[in-house]
Amino acid sequence: MKNEHTIADTPHLLEPQTYTHDTMASQKSIYMDHSATTATDSAVVEAMLPWFSINYGNPSSLYRLARESKAAIEDARGKVAKAIGAKPEEIYFTSGGTESDNWALKGAAFALQKKGNHIITSAIEHHAILHTCQYLEKHGFQVTYLPVDEFGQVRIEDLKAAITDKTILVSVMFANNEIGTIQPIPEIGAFCRERGILFHTDAVQVIGNLPVDVAAMNIDLLSLSAHKFYGPKGVGALYIRKGVRIDNYLHGGGQEHRKRAGTENVPGIVGLGVAIEKAVADLDVKTSRIRALRDALLDRILHEIPNTRLNGHRTMRLPGNLNVSFEFIEGESLLLLLDHAGIAASTGSACSSGSLEPSHVLLAIGLPAEVAHGSLRLTLGVENTEEDVSYACDEIKKAVERLRAMSPLYADYLKKRSCNV
Amino acid sequence: MYSEKVMDHFMNPRNQGEILDADGVGEVGNPTCGDIMRIFIKVNDNIITDVKFQTFGCGAAIASSSMATELIKGKTLEEAWEISNKAVAEALEGLPPIKMHCSVLAEEGIHKAINDYRVKHGLEPWEEKGGHSHSHDDLACEE
Repeated sequence: MKNEHTIADTPHLLEPQTYTHDTMASQKSIYMDHSATTATDSAVVEAMLPWFSINYGNPSSLYRLARESKAAIEDARGKVAKAIGAKPEEIYFTSGGTESDNWALKGAAFALQKKGNHIITSAIEHHAILHTCQYLEKHGFQVTYLPVDEFGQVRIEDLKAAITDKTILVSVMFANNEIGTIQPIPEIGAFCRERGILFHTDAVQVIGNLPVDVAAMNIDLLSLSAHKFYGPKGVGALYIRKGVRIDNYLHGGGQEHRKRAGTENVPGIVGLGVAIEKAVADLDVKTSRIRALRDALLDRILHEIPNTRLNGHRTMRLPGNLNVSFEFIEGESLLLLLDHAGIAASTGSACSSGSLEPSHVLLAIGLPAEVAHGSLRLTLGVENTEEDVSYACDEIKKAVERLRAMSPLYADYLKKRSCNV
Repeated sequence: MYSEKVMDHFMNPRNQGEILDADGVGEVGNPTCGDIMRIFIKVNDNIITDVKFQTFGCGAAIASSSMATELIKGKTLEEAWEISNKAVAEALEGLPPIKMHCSVLAEEGIHKAINDYRVKHGLEPWEEKGGHSHSHDDLACEE
């Protein structure tokens, strides 16, 4: 009552205050697309800021300002190395996951082409790998795309069977970006090491979600990207195991031990260093919380919405990843309704990608195209709460019911069901 | 990505539902391609007195169905037949290029419903004009 009195005394404040309040109440905003990107952590942004306009020296120059930049880069290199069990001199900064993948594959393929021309990868890789492989196929390389099982896992027997005496490189992603399935990386690493074949893994989705130890896992090349773990966009790294020689990808100046030319993205690299240090700290605690939220959301969706299936593996799965298909509806229209409710999510439906083909990952695990069209991916992250999960589930349920009510496929299903009863 | 008009028809679809005793029904599309449209018409004295749709598809497909049914309601069969996919897209204040096929589906759905009515009444089905034979009967999903 006291408040009301105060407001009445200052009528000019009444309207804007009410308006602001109402706008905030109606504009719910829940981000559940952390596999697409994450918000840059405020501590990361703060650490980056001085490197734009205060300590802006070119690390290749000789004066103090430049030495500070150089030292900052080396500090970040140490942090990245520590996070994945590598040595600092094995870390090369890049512009992100796509560059790291391109460099690893093209660099290894061209460096080893005298030894052989056969590359093995999986059918469910990110396009940064698949399209690079297609490019290499145009340049005389042969690529085997390993199938995956219904959960999205590569079978080690298939890998063994695909090896020829021309095989120079194996590239299998650590965990899938769409369905979250984790691959048997230590087994693949051990096998490749034993056979003397280079092993690259795209670990873009993995940092901050699963422990990574490149030495223990026998990984030769590993791609990572800062913006997937609360770091900035436009910066990443390629781990190249000491002794592994791959061709350069960007030619020019002598940066990054003469392996990756171009003036370093100092603020980005500093941000990557801080982000990765934070991402791997208390990994178990953070991921257990996110996994519990994910499981709660998944259980509710599967229990409360009939004709729904989980895509991917129940346990061998990234902690924040949830991918389900709702029969009889199409994913883009579902995303539009969720967006209207303030929920940011993703789908493997063709209609959202601009390609008209549903996700190659969902097709590779054996989903019929119409079920792939009805897929929804939610990827949870640090800022999600139990309230978010509860709100998201309610809204998903409403949206699915609404779209099913207008779907001819659902109408047919209901008729068929009532005939069978 | 979508115009306000598309979002309006997607969020508040007109004529959504089924006519159980429809005089003509047209179904086009293919679940593999991610869109199916079913149009129901009620015809009285050569005039479309009622129309409903059921659609499985993206936002543009739902909005196109909604707009197409609005455009043909109360029209003669001849007038309804002449409503082109372009008219549907224009009424929606445009569709993204990759979504133009949704308006084509709507036009074809109307044509199929009209011809279903004609055949049921012992009339010759009208011939589709050339230009686009965008039926989704073949499995290659087109742009």
